[in-house]
Amino acid sequence: MTNQTPFSRRAALKFGASLGVTFLASPTFAALPQGKRKLVVIICRGAMDGLSVSPPVGDPNYAALRRQIAIPAEAALKLDGDFALHPKLAAIYALTQAGQARIAPAVAIPERIRSHFEAQDLLESGGDRLYATTTGWLNRALAAQSGRAITAIAVGTQEPLILRGSVEIQSWSPGGKMTQDMTRISGVLQDLYAPDPMLSRAFASGMQTENMAEGFSGGDMAKYAAQPQKAVHDYTSTTAKFLTQDGGPSIAVLSLDGYDTHANQGGVNGQLANHLKVLDDAVDGLHDGLGQSWSDTVVIAVTEFGRTARINGTGGTDHGTASTMILAGGALRPGGIVGDWPTLADGKLFENRDLAPTLDVRQVFKGVLSDHLGLDRRALEATVFPGSAGAPALTGLTA
Amino acid sequence: MTALKSMDGAIAVTRFGLGAKPGEMEAAADDPRGWLKAQIARDGAEQPAGSLPGTIDRFAAFGDYLAQVGILKQDGTIVETTAASASAAAMSEDQGKKIQEQRRADLQPLLEGVRDEIFARTRLATSTANPFRERWTLFWANHFTVSSAKLQSSVVAGPFEREAIRPNVFGRFEDLLVASSTHPGMLLYLDQARSAGPNSPAGLYRKMGLNENLAREIMELHTVGADAGYTQADVTEFARALTGYSIGGFKESGDTRGRFLYRPLLHEPGTRTVMGRHYAEEGQDQARAILADLAASPKTAEHVARKLAIHFVADDPPPGLVQRLRGSYLESNGNLAHLAETLIDSREAWSPDARKFKTPCEFVVSGYRAAGASPSDPAKEVVQPLTFLGQRPFAAPQPNGWSDLAADWAAPDALVKRLTWAAKFSDYYAPKDGAPVDVAATTLGERLNASTRTAIARAESRVEAFSILLMSPEFQRR
Repeated sequence: MTNQTPFSRRAALKFGASLGVTFLASPTFAALPQGKRKLVVIICRGAMDGLSVSPPVGDPNYAALRRQIAIPAEAALKLDGDFALHPKLAAIYALTQAGQARIAPAVAIPERIRSHFEAQDLLESGGDRLYATTTGWLNRALAAQSGRAITAIAVGTQEPLILRGSVEIQSWSPGGKMTQDMTRISGVLQDLYAPDPMLSRAFASGMQTENMAEGFSGGDMAKYAAQPQKAVHDYTSTTAKFLTQDGGPSIAVLSLDGYDTHANQGGVNGQLANHLKVLDDAVDGLHDGLGQSWSDTVVIAVTEFGRTARINGTGGTDHGTASTMILAGGALRPGGIVGDWPTLADGKLFENRDLAPTLDVRQVFKGVLSDHLGLDRRALEATVFPGSAGAPALTGLTA
Repeated sequence: MTALKSMDGAIAVTRFGLGAKPGEMEAAADDPRGWLKAQIARDGAEQPAGSLPGTIDRFAAFGDYLAQVGILKQDGTIVETTAASASAAAMSEDQGKKIQEQRRADLQPLLEGVRDEIFARTRLATSTANPFRERWTLFWANHFTVSSAKLQSSVVAGPFEREAIRPNVFGRFEDLLVASSTHPGMLLYLDQARSAGPNSPAGLYRKMGLNENLAREIMELHTVGADAGYTQADVTEFARALTGYSIGGFKESGDTRGRFLYRPLLHEPGTRTVMGRHYAEEGQDQARAILADLAASPKTAEHVARKLAIHFVADDPPPGLVQRLRGSYLESNGNLAHLAETLIDSREAWSPDARKFKTPCEFVVSGYRAAGASPSDPAKEVVQPLTFLGQRPFAAPQPNGWSDLAADWAAPDALVKRLTWAAKFSDYYAPKDGAPVDVAATTLGERLNASTRTAIARAESRVEAFSILLMSPEFQRR
């Protein structure tokens, strides 16, 4: 299967040669203040199966490799002659049809590792190898911007590595309301925390965010705490409200889990399908919540690695290599598949078991950070993604 | 009693223990190390109180549920979810809805069983007179995570901890590892039960195949650690050796159902090579021999030593402590009681500087202990608040269990959530007698500092004073 889309790897290399021109010529860049531009990163933890997210229905080997968990072409949501989306990704599919979502079907982190936890570390730290750095690439991106206009928020009860580092970030998760008593106590606590930098920084930021969240109505957040999968649309549409506040953060990160499908993975329906529905709802919630700001937004949904090309012995798939990345948002430039398709042919599988990567996740991250958020290219290479010269930014993804 | 001694008492109770109950600070003050060592029990941990069903009963109840909702096949295997959903899709929407509701109702008793486990375990932690023993136990339960986040293991996560972990926490690491790796809870959670060798009879004639999940996580998480230098080939070889490690299915006879069962028909024949060592074909003893070698590996000693030092002392642990624990593990052949004594006798573990930030469960448990109370409502006092704080027991999102690092728990929002909980909790549980500063002294001992003491003394109510105590930096850390 060949790929005729404008962002094949070969095309990306050509783009690389004319980077400066593309960048400067970008007509809307000057017109749109940076502060308005939004970026949301959704980390799908557990190794999301790209071959189910965007089933390569045109690949002659797909059905045989996947047997009963293959997504049949007639059930899938057709993108082009070669690719489709999983039927549970209906909202994302609608975005693809409006030119506001695209898939990169064979992306991977720079090292070939199959440990969830090491791979998530590498995905989030942005290093060129494991343990190269202990901070997250998005935090280093915040540190690199001039003027520090862009801030970020972590959504959820735990702070993800991708946002850890020297720049203070906000965090928020749905939950109970503050009362008068708590407001009074919080003043006392600020003083007590003063000698403890970790606590004082975090608490001050938390109270500030909480005050902002007080102003939000709508969305049953208590329900979210009880049944996150059912209320994820409310969860992300509320997340979107932080992004649209005056002076609010421009970047949000949230995590979804449950993608580790070693057994009874299911196909059109079943375990993985349910979790893909959650992802679809999450993107849909952002779309609804962002309103007009959607046109200034890029959403990246990414996982640590993909799963084995063949179904395993227990109706599931084991840890693999390349997977699908989903790009969405009104700031995207319309287009087809991002990156080359390595095919599932004999001899093309990585180590004769996994989909082989054709695109490094960092290429997309770098492209979005520079084109969309206007980050300085030199800083990107030097501090945000050190050692990534071999993974040139994929430019031109955003308008 | 010297000041230093009582500082050690405060450290014993708050860092090694689960937070002071009234009177505990005094009990530990005279001989903090002796107080801790007396809690090392060769026959294992305490068990949560109450009549909690074991794996076999829980597994049978789960089988009944699956049969009831019609997704259990005659041969005892579960119908592929795709097929089940397809038949549901063929029904009218109304019918489908009714079935969904019925399923939910049928599932309810099973979910209540999980809630009972969470409640009983939390009550044990809030009430025990052996808090170091319990902290040590919870460390190992987290090391060998079986999560209720997956339906197939949800009903046996509690029994797994009571049956495989608790009896073995002061024995040999190898025994703990074997108990975990052969317990139905782990075999279900990490998808081992139906893994079959490609050249086994099941592989050749029933198209069953390999699942490498358990093999990988035993190596990466339970024993040698991800940086031990093994390859994908080692994982696959170990997975082949493990084939046959299974459980008696739903439709099998009463004396095998829900128990560990070695199935020779699933076992991949042949010699295996894992990390350079060869293992002859000996049926289930083949994987058993690999487990023994993994347990004896210096890499495992290092991995366990480091995790213990991180849990008890600091996110970035003193290298000397890690080395000493590693040595203790190797010289005692992984004797966990010996390892606990070494930890207690290590100077680095007694630094007055409290570097550990409590996890949400530790925070809530220590709150109850400070109040001299135990929760009485399973849903409202335990499951809901811990879910809200991000750490629902038995529900770690991934097989590596809950993080032990402050960076994961001290997010801005997390602190606000703690305050929300502390204020509500204090409304009900702030001690009704005694001066609030005395409560603070009983709770933190020598670790209570002057500014917190002043803030508590100035509080305008007992409730407010107790909230401040719970949220003070000394209480948040250990």
